[in-house]
Parts: sequence; C-alpha cells; structure tokens
Amino acid sequence: MTIGPASVPVLPRGVRLHHDRVRDTWVLLAPERAIRLDPIGHAVLCEVDGTRSFGAIVAALAAKYDAPQDRIAEDSRGLLTGLLNRRMLELTE
Amino acid sequence: MTVRPPLAMLAELTHRCPLSCPYCSNPLDLARKETELSTEEWAGAFRQAADLGVLHLHLSGGEPASRRDLEELVATARGAGLYTNLITSGIGLTERRLRALDEAGLDHVQLSLQGTDAAMADRIGGYRGGFDRKMQVAGWIAEIGFPLTLNAVVHRQNLHQLPEALDMAVRMGARRIEVAIVQFHGWAMQNRAALMPTRAQAEEARRIVEEARKRLLGTLVIDFVPADYHEDFPKSCMGGWGSTGLNIAPDGTVLPCHAAQTIPHLSFDSVRDRPLREIWYNGAAFNAYRGYDWMPEPCRSCDRKQIDHGGCRCQALALAGDAGATDPVCARSPRHAELRAKADAFAAGSDETLTYRSFAPAEPA
Ligand code: SF4
Ligand code: SF4
Repeated sequence: MTIGPASVPVLPRGVRLHHDRVRDTWVLLAPERAIRLDPIGHAVLCEVDGTRSFGAIVAALAAKYDAPQDRIAEDSRGLLTGLLNRRMLELTE
Repeated sequence: MTVRPPLAMLAELTHRCPLSCPYCSNPLDLARKETELSTEEWAGAFRQAADLGVLHLHLSGGEPASRRDLEELVATARGAGLYTNLITSGIGLTERRLRALDEAGLDHVQLSLQGTDAAMADRIGGYRGGFDRKMQVAGWIAEIGFPLTLNAVVHRQNLHQLPEALDMAVRMGARRIEVAIVQFHGWAMQNRAALMPTRAQAEEARRIVEEARKRLLGTLVIDFVPADYHEDFPKSCMGGWGSTGLNIAPDGTVLPCHAAQTIPHLSFDSVRDRPLREIWYNGAAFNAYRGYDWMPEPCRSCDRKQIDHGGCRCQALALAGDAGATDPVCARSPRHAELRAKADAFAAGSDETLTYRSFAPAEPA
C-alpha cells in the first residue's frame, strides 16, 4: 500500500492522540503501543481527520509552516507509512 | 538511578475464570472472591495510576468478565484518561455486555485462543463449549467494531495449528495477533513435560511467523514470544524490573510482574495500605532488582545488560534457586547447558496429561 496525493488517511478505532500530562508530550495510543510524538508528528496527525486527502494535508502544513511541499510530503509519508504497516492508520481511498 | 514513571499497568481484576488452562499465569494459590478489591478500590487505583503516568491499562484476570462491575470499571478508567484493553477468553461476555463496554469507552479487546477448533480449544481450556462460545463472542466484537488482537498461546500440543490461527486472525478482522509460545511460570511449571515444544517445533514457529509477517504486512501485525527455554538469550522481562510496568493482584497487592510473589524474600505493598506512587518509587519489591547494581557476573559487565536486564528474576529463582542470578536461558549463564538438557528432556516426553489450574480446597472452618 502506498500513500498518494488522493489517499485519505484516517486513524482507525482504538488509535488515538492523547496528551500525556505527566511527561508533557503528545502520544499516539494504540493496542500495546504508545508512540511519543515530536511537534512535527503531532502537527501531521492533527490534520488527519478521515475526510481530507494526503495532498490537502501536505498543502495545509506547507502553508502553515512556510516550508517546501516536497519536504513536508516526504516527512509525513514516512510517518504515515510506518503507521499504516503497523495497522495504526487506514486509508479510505 | 532515576526511576521513570510506569507506562502500563495490568489489573488482575479477579482470579476467577470459567476456564482452567494448564499454563495459566495466575499463581498456584489463587485469590478468592472475598479478598478482591471493591469497585471503589479499583477506581481509586486507576486514578492513581493515571496520575502516576500510566497510559495503558490492561484489564485481565482470571476472566475479567467474571466481575459484574467490569463495565463500570472501564468507564472509570476511561474517565481517568487511560487506554483500556480487555484481556478475555470471551466466556462471560454477552452481546448486551459488549455493547455496554462499548458505551463505557473500551478501547480494545484481546481475545485468547486455546486452539483453532473445539476439540483442541476445549481440551486445553478445560471447558466444553468454550470454543463455540468464543466464536460467537468474536462475531459480536467484529459487529460492534472493537479493534481486536487475538492471543494464541502455543505449545507442543497445538503448535501445528499455528498457520490456521494466523488465518483465523485475518478472517476475524483482527489487526494484531500475539503468538506466545508458553512461558513457564505459574501453572505452566506444573505442565512442562506436557507442553514443552521441541527445539524443531520452536524453530518452525519462528519461520512461520517470519514468513507471515512479510505476507501480511499492513494486514496483520504479529507479535511473537519465542520458546524461552530453547533460546540463547533471555527475554527482557517486563522491559526491566520496575522500569515500565506494574501489576495489581485481585486483592490489591502491587507487583513488579505477575510471578513476583514466587520470590519468597520479597515483601509487597497493597493499594489498600499505601499510595501507588509511593509503592512504585519506594516499595521494597520494586527497588530489589531495579537498574544494574544488583547484577552478578556475567551480567554486570555484559554488553547486553541494557537489552535484556539479565532476563527474568522469577525464572532465575525457579531454575537456579536464586532470584538474583543470571537467567539460565542465557548462554552465558553457567547453568545454561543444564537447562538446555532439561528442556530437551521435557520436549521429548510423550505424556500429554495436563494438570489444570484450580482453586485450593477451602480451608477447614
Ligand atoms: S489462562 Fe485460561 S484459565 Fe487462566 S485466566 Fe486465561 S482463560 Fe482463564
Ligand atoms: S549475561 Fe546477563 S545481561 Fe548478558 S546476555 Fe546473559 S542475561 Fe543478558
């Protein structure tokens, strides 16, 4: 499975963002896994809402952080593909 | 040494269970219903755990569904901000109860598998009709949409069913499967001769898992617990004693791992008497094997000590007679050759008689 601009990523049931107040960081919680998110990872996952496409997400992040689209696309694709392979993300399209 | 907050907590809500698996990790001396924590006491423990930094709460047993207040406990745990995972055999769950658990916010279900057909599963679980019931429960789990992990415990008598267990997981729509070759603690220690896989079986299981991981990438995540006795390096038990997780027994005793009470010189605190935070940071049992200072050679100067923490303390006690020894599973332990011979001897046995777990007869009044 590869993530293209038209793919629509979604966090499936049982996978959710959580603010870890004790360690003061954002984590992604899934069965038996807790992934500590850096600010970039958190920003990417905040855009994943199950309706917007990967292309739209990248464009939004590029605008928000004033960064080149290619860089953003590469970084986010890496993160999301890792989650996809671990069944912590699904694609609806 | 700086002690970090725990990430996970296993709550053994009860030791009661309709099944009587011969490898159950519960202690030989099972806790009776009268000694179990009340709903309010568990709720207090969950809130304290969340404040302490626990992210994942595993609701286990025994069979957690044997507690009538399970739904309420899940709601409390979610309210406290914990990720709630139900570890169940499925027996005792009805469609109505599962819907109530859904309402309560249960995050994930982990369903145990004793075998892939009724003949095997019901014999191993010691409960006739259990397999059919489990399949019915799996149907409701899928219908409601709970994310599901299948937990297949495999050993000499059912390892040939491993490929079918993997297929079943895919058919049921599970996202994960845990393939755990029986670990010899608790009741399994009584059944080593009947359950020990052969070395060849253990290798075959690893090969099947590796092949399936490639084939099912993105479909099914496979976690594998290898046959400890046939390995050359021990498992990193609990990710390091007192470093990542804790257990609470049905009566509120707080343990660094589920078998810790087999170590006779340790003393344990209860959530009934002491705040969880204090127990985690200052409890004598938690500090006994934290870090590296307690280690003997060859662990002390070993390059792997940060990887496996010297292995399992309970296993060191059971096999070397000293909880502070190097886990004999390790090839660098002076007792490794002895263990290897023992493992092969158990595996070569043909006696398939199982000793099922059971409550000790009631003490005379
Ligand atoms: S291992 Fe078997 S007997 Fe033990 S709690 Fe699980 S289902 Fe019950
Ligand atoms: S000697 Fe100790 S630390 Fe080194 S691999 Fe063996 S058990 Fe692990």
